[in-house]
Amino acid sequence: MKPAPFAYHRPTTLGDALEVLSGNADAKVLAGGQSLVPLLSMRLAGPSALVDINAIPGLDTIEVTEAGVRIGALARHADVLAHEGVRRVQPLLPEALSYVAHATIRNRGTTVGSIVHADAAAEMPSVLVLLGGSVEAASTGGTRTIAAEDLFLGPLESTLRPEEIATSAFFPALPAGAGVAFDEIARRQGDYALVGLGAVVDGDSVRASYVSVSDVPTVVDLSGVPDDRLGEVALEHLDPVDDIHATAAYRAQLVRVLTKRVVTKAREAAR
Amino acid sequence: MSAQDTVRHGEQLHLIRLRVNGIGHDVEVPARRLLSDALRHDLGLTGTHVGCEHGVCGACTVLMDGKPVRACLIFAVSAVDAEITTVEGLTEPDGSLSPVQQAFSECHGLQCGFCTPGFLTTITAGLNENPCPTHEEAREMIAGNLCRCTGYQNIVKSVERAAEITQAKEAESA
Repeated sequence: MKPAPFAYHRPTTLGDALEVLSGNADAKVLAGGQSLVPLLSMRLAGPSALVDINAIPGLDTIEVTEAGVRIGALARHADVLAHEGVRRVQPLLPEALSYVAHATIRNRGTTVGSIVHADAAAEMPSVLVLLGGSVEAASTGGTRTIAAEDLFLGPLESTLRPEEIATSAFFPALPAGAGVAFDEIARRQGDYALVGLGAVVDGDSVRASYVSVSDVPTVVDLSGVPDDRLGEVALEHLDPVDDIHATAAYRAQLVRVLTKRVVTKAREAAR
Repeated sequence: MSAQDTVRHGEQLHLIRLRVNGIGHDVEVPARRLLSDALRHDLGLTGTHVGCEHGVCGACTVLMDGKPVRACLIFAVSAVDAEITTVEGLTEPDGSLSPVQQAFSECHGLQCGFCTPGFLTTITAGLNENPCPTHEEAREMIAGNLCRCTGYQNIVKSVERAAEITQAKEAESA
């Protein structure tokens, strides 16, 4: 379980990092590495080069404004989770982050890295789509903004181009009077969820976003659905699968139970 | 890459300095050398144990600038700017056991001992952050570490006992 050889670059400016990436079609960016290193060790990925961005100053920022929260590429989950301003402006972030792996992994793993890793079993891609956020991507050709709904293509597959670095992610603020909640069921606290979801309730609008139920983060509009039908309506938009961890039937049952639980919690938080 | 870097078996080696337990070590490693392997093989610090090697078991947990991290999920070349503390660096300056080590001894938190280094580093950092954990918080503190003897009850007791020992020591020195 050791990674195959790769060339290693540790640039100290974003410009240098982008320069290396532009000449290396199968290079990968290394930030926290908490998802990437296991893939390399199990040899599920074998990039010819890694561009380690940890020595680039200025990428670990967490900016909070009334419009929302902008998280830099090197901001660790643990720092976002502990940030009081983040909690005030968008409480769904700390709620969901407390379910991201274990505290030890949150100390090194980055929130932006988790998003662009594009794992549908991960919490942050789902939260970004639910909140209608975006990712800022830089390349030697300039920068562009990718809306969350255009970011995820399939399992571990995003529209971020190989020559781009995701420099930050933006999460819009929670509107006044709206409420959020997040919950998931996992075999061991901190492990990948069998099923998880976040919900936003804003007036009559009820939306939920699911984790570990489909190939890409899936947002379901549950506005106007009676409480006893929430899970069934959600399942019309989801296709739970069997795997080594749970049967499809059990996942469907978790969708039913958790959807009602999380929407109720979000409604209470809105009051 | 620096001028001193060499190539072995066709693979680029990197000359790096790792700061571990307060001491700087110059080592030459390939980029793919995991920090856990660099500590064990290149520095001879075999207290850091290697279990699953993909971040699940926590046996390789070390402190990086005081915070617990998985040494198997960090490349040694990526750890050059950090101060690393391994289980060998947890004893008191006079060589006596740290509160967490003493609590493991008193409460039989150590069974076969394989997972122990990861628990000791995790709990040391956890108690720095939360010196008086509740029973639930003590359980949550160790949730990311697996004990293959399933000795969790005594490990949770050790967390609570270590908190008591730390508080008693602080009261003594105050």
